[in-house]
Amino acid sequence: MVVSGTRDRAAAATPPAPGRKAVYRSTVGAKGVMAVSGLLLLLFLVAHMAGNLKIFFGAESFDHYAHWLRDIGAPVLPHTWYLWIQRFVLTAALVGHAWAATVLALRAKRARPVRYAHRPKVQGSYAARTMRWGGVIILLFLVWHLLDLTVGTVNPVGNPATPYANVVAGFAPSRWPVTLFYALAVVAIGFHVRHGLFSALRTLGQRTAKGEQRARVAALGFAIILCAGFLSVPFAVLVGLVG
Amino acid sequence: MKLTLRIWRQKDRDARGRMVAYDVDGLSADMSFLEVLDVLNEQLTTAGDEPVAFDHDCREGICGACGMVINGVAHGPQKLTTACQLHMRHFKDGDTIDVEPWRARAFPVVKDLVVDRSAFDRIIQAGGYISAPTGSAPDAHATPVPKVDADAAFEAAACIGCGACVAACPNGSAMLFTAAKVAHLGTLPQGQPERPSRATSMLAAHDEAGFGGCTNTGECTAVCPKGIPLTVIGSLNHDVLGAAVRGR
Repeated sequence: MVVSGTRDRAAAATPPAPGRKAVYRSTVGAKGVMAVSGLLLLLFLVAHMAGNLKIFFGAESFDHYAHWLRDIGAPVLPHTWYLWIQRFVLTAALVGHAWAATVLALRAKRARPVRYAHRPKVQGSYAARTMRWGGVIILLFLVWHLLDLTVGTVNPVGNPATPYANVVAGFAPSRWPVTLFYALAVVAIGFHVRHGLFSALRTLGQRTAKGEQRARVAALGFAIILCAGFLSVPFAVLVGLVG
Repeated sequence: MKLTLRIWRQKDRDARGRMVAYDVDGLSADMSFLEVLDVLNEQLTTAGDEPVAFDHDCREGICGACGMVINGVAHGPQKLTTACQLHMRHFKDGDTIDVEPWRARAFPVVKDLVVDRSAFDRIIQAGGYISAPTGSAPDAHATPVPKVDADAAFEAAACIGCGACVAACPNGSAMLFTAAKVAHLGTLPQGQPERPSRATSMLAAHDEAGFGGCTNTGECTAVCPKGIPLTVIGSLNHDVLGAAVRGR
């Protein structure tokens, strides 16, 4: 009797858990979508950056690598199938990432209807403060980048058969404003990754002081390596190391 | 010492507020910030004006009742310090100081610097407790707790629920407060039975109250008078997503 009484009281005191669906609709659910999609995009960036470095092995090697990308998974997967699967997954990740960012940004705006009269700069890192606008800039860059080196419409050569020539022409010294835009966008990605990776690990449950240190170091490391790798190609073309 | 205070005056919940400047003279550097407001209120009362309303209770930095944004920083410029323990020696003679209430949709202003923090009570009611059979108190050593866990739980339990984290957060999020409670109870053996539902229910109450989401910026922990670490938010995320994955 006592036991059942205790249980009844406990049941009365504890409101029913909102359930699994409610979690996905919660702020932490949106952050989870943000973290997982962000990690997928980061994985792609690392592979993309490493592949770019092939350019230092010469035109033949780089072009061969670029064409191989269309045949990944062969002969199980037909020509370009893997590429389209990857494009589909990355687009889904990007949409999920932007959706979560929009939901959370609108929520944050609603959460403080009256602004502070006196508000010094937020004390958090520059990277953390620029996540939202940085993300929009990166998205705009992505559109240009796809038109430049994937579709080729804004590239001086724009021939899908000769990716090496496209890269060399695209970053030619005479097109320095384009190269500058690339460099700024890559730095923006660096900042985005620096806070984003740390934040994603925290969202996915990183909760020790030592782990926090490791997560910050890893985030900074990824940001620096990505920046250095991505910037090395336009820099090499600009100074004539690749041409 | 002499100061100019620019204070948010708002008659009631529905009135429009504005910053009003007051000169206060004859202050001592050893006064606390609340004592300066006391001096100002004596002046105002003597002159027949309405005194500035502000929350306060223990004035020892442990109750969490006081709280105002001083020059844009919750509880003012001194780290790990509540407004009542902030002394005027940290300011210069002749300074102009801006004083505002916590600003968040979930913390509506009741009057001047007083905000309604019952949203925090609703979060606690949603799961910030353990269910224990009543009766004689169990022996203190009946449930052993590892020292590491006891320390971690105590660190989180130091939260006084003042709301400075919300006031400082660029997203108006109460995640540090909610997570401190989840981490405190979830680290101890007594908190295990309700652990999955606690995190999910408290988060639901948090979101329902209109607080924003966390972006791990760390503003909250920078102003927290009790130094609650940002890692507690990882504990909340861990419990919430863990419960969702396990379907509980």
